[in-house]
Amino acid sequence: MFAALANPARFMAFSRWAAPILGVLGAGLVGYGLWLGLNAPPDYQQGETVKIMFIHVPAAWVSMMAYACLGGASFFSLVFRHALADAAARAVAPLGAIFTGIALVTGMLWGRPMWGAWWVWGDARLVSVLVLFLLFLGYMALRASIDDEAKGARAAEILALVGLINLPIIKYSVEWWNTLHQGESVMRAGGSALAPVYLTPLLLTGAGYSLAFGALWLARIRAEVWRRRATSLALRAALA
Amino acid sequence: MIDHALSVGKYAAFIWPAYGASAVGFAWMIVDTLARARRWRRKADSLEKHKES
Amino acid sequence: MSVVMVLLRRELSLAWARGGGALLAVGFFVAAAVMLPLSLGPTPARLAGVSSGVTWVVLSLASLLSLDRMFERDFEDGALDLLALGPLPLEIVSAIKCFAQWTVSGAPLALAAPVVAIGLGARMTVAPMIFAAAALGGLAFAFLGGTGAALALASRRGGVLIAVVVLPLLTPPVIFGGAAIANFNEGLPWVGALSLLAAYALGCVALTPFAMAGACRNAQS
Repeated sequence: MFAALANPARFMAFSRWAAPILGVLGAGLVGYGLWLGLNAPPDYQQGETVKIMFIHVPAAWVSMMAYACLGGASFFSLVFRHALADAAARAVAPLGAIFTGIALVTGMLWGRPMWGAWWVWGDARLVSVLVLFLLFLGYMALRASIDDEAKGARAAEILALVGLINLPIIKYSVEWWNTLHQGESVMRAGGSALAPVYLTPLLLTGAGYSLAFGALWLARIRAEVWRRRATSLALRAALA
Repeated sequence: MIDHALSVGKYAAFIWPAYGASAVGFAWMIVDTLARARRWRRKADSLEKHKES
Repeated sequence: MSVVMVLLRRELSLAWARGGGALLAVGFFVAAAVMLPLSLGPTPARLAGVSSGVTWVVLSLASLLSLDRMFERDFEDGALDLLALGPLPLEIVSAIKCFAQWTVSGAPLALAAPVVAIGLGARMTVAPMIFAAAALGGLAFAFLGGTGAALALASRRGGVLIAVVVLPLLTPPVIFGGAAIANFNEGLPWVGALSLLAAYALGCVALTPFAMAGACRNAQS
């Protein structure tokens, strides 16, 4: 599939249909999942705040997925020197940053009623999402500060790979750090098995978020392909 | 049904901002992505035409 | 071997001369540490509780200070091109540069760290632990920081960009080192944390030279 899509013309033909279809499917799944979720009974421990879970947890999932996509695209671009892979890497970074931002904001709004604090350093997952956010920011800052596009692309790829290798270690270190300070940690959400009333909507919105992310990513890659075409045409016109 | 779904009790002050923030995030991503695609597509097309003429 | 020694001597003298070398890093470290009691108030009990942690975090910031000239200077005057054509691969050259950076700025910082921590109210007994963590962590800081410096070569902005790029990557060594110091302070087992820090630092020494060499070649192309 990757080899077939590596051809830009074929990618454009494919994504022209794939992006809207994925987008509509994703919106439908999110809508249905939220409908089920909002009608679910209040949790005996978390009360109604459990309804934030259906939008918070999928955002956190997708933000991890987005960094994996960033790393994967950077790897393909670095090893196979493929322009489309670089366009994909460039396109995914802002999406990842926004999804991470959504996860952080909803996490804080969940934390305040549940733990009595906007931010709890005792929750390892929240902290690793924050570091992930900073990684996305660093990637975009590096890319934006280099004027030469080819050089910026290569430097950003290297950074994305360094970050990709680091990410599991960061996650591990934050979790390990969290167990050290267990006395201070306020909660262990999700430690127990989730009841089906909550699990079904969560999986639905999770799938919907992922499809919506896919649709946005494809659309952004398309925009990036056009941008490059326009830039190269403009350059050719200027030289002619 | 709608009433039931929308009544979230005393935590509404946290739940709706969370939904609102997510909606804003999604709206920004959709609008920015579509606007970008549209702008660059037009630019590429017009340059293409310019080249042909 | 002699090529390595020649290069190492060159890098050491350059690093020493570069922006005051050790003096700059240690000066920043001490000055930032002085700000702590001035902002928290002079209550000894309150200071003692945070002294070692604050020392550790200010140390990690201080080690980012003199990074921006690390590759840039050689890049600007063409020495990096000569080094790329020379007998040593760029991976080794980058590793030597980072090692020099660690010797000139990381080691003095590691020596200053226990003094600063004790000055802020840490117990005398933690001093060796702070020194060990700072020396090992400094290795990771130097190699990760060198990666950021090499990546920033292609850009026109050095300093702050390097910090933004590198700081999130420093999460693991900051956690491991901080935990080693805190556990030692409280009489808890600290060997695990220190081993993790050492493993992470060695991993950086082994892997980041490839990223640095790639970044240098990219900037030169």
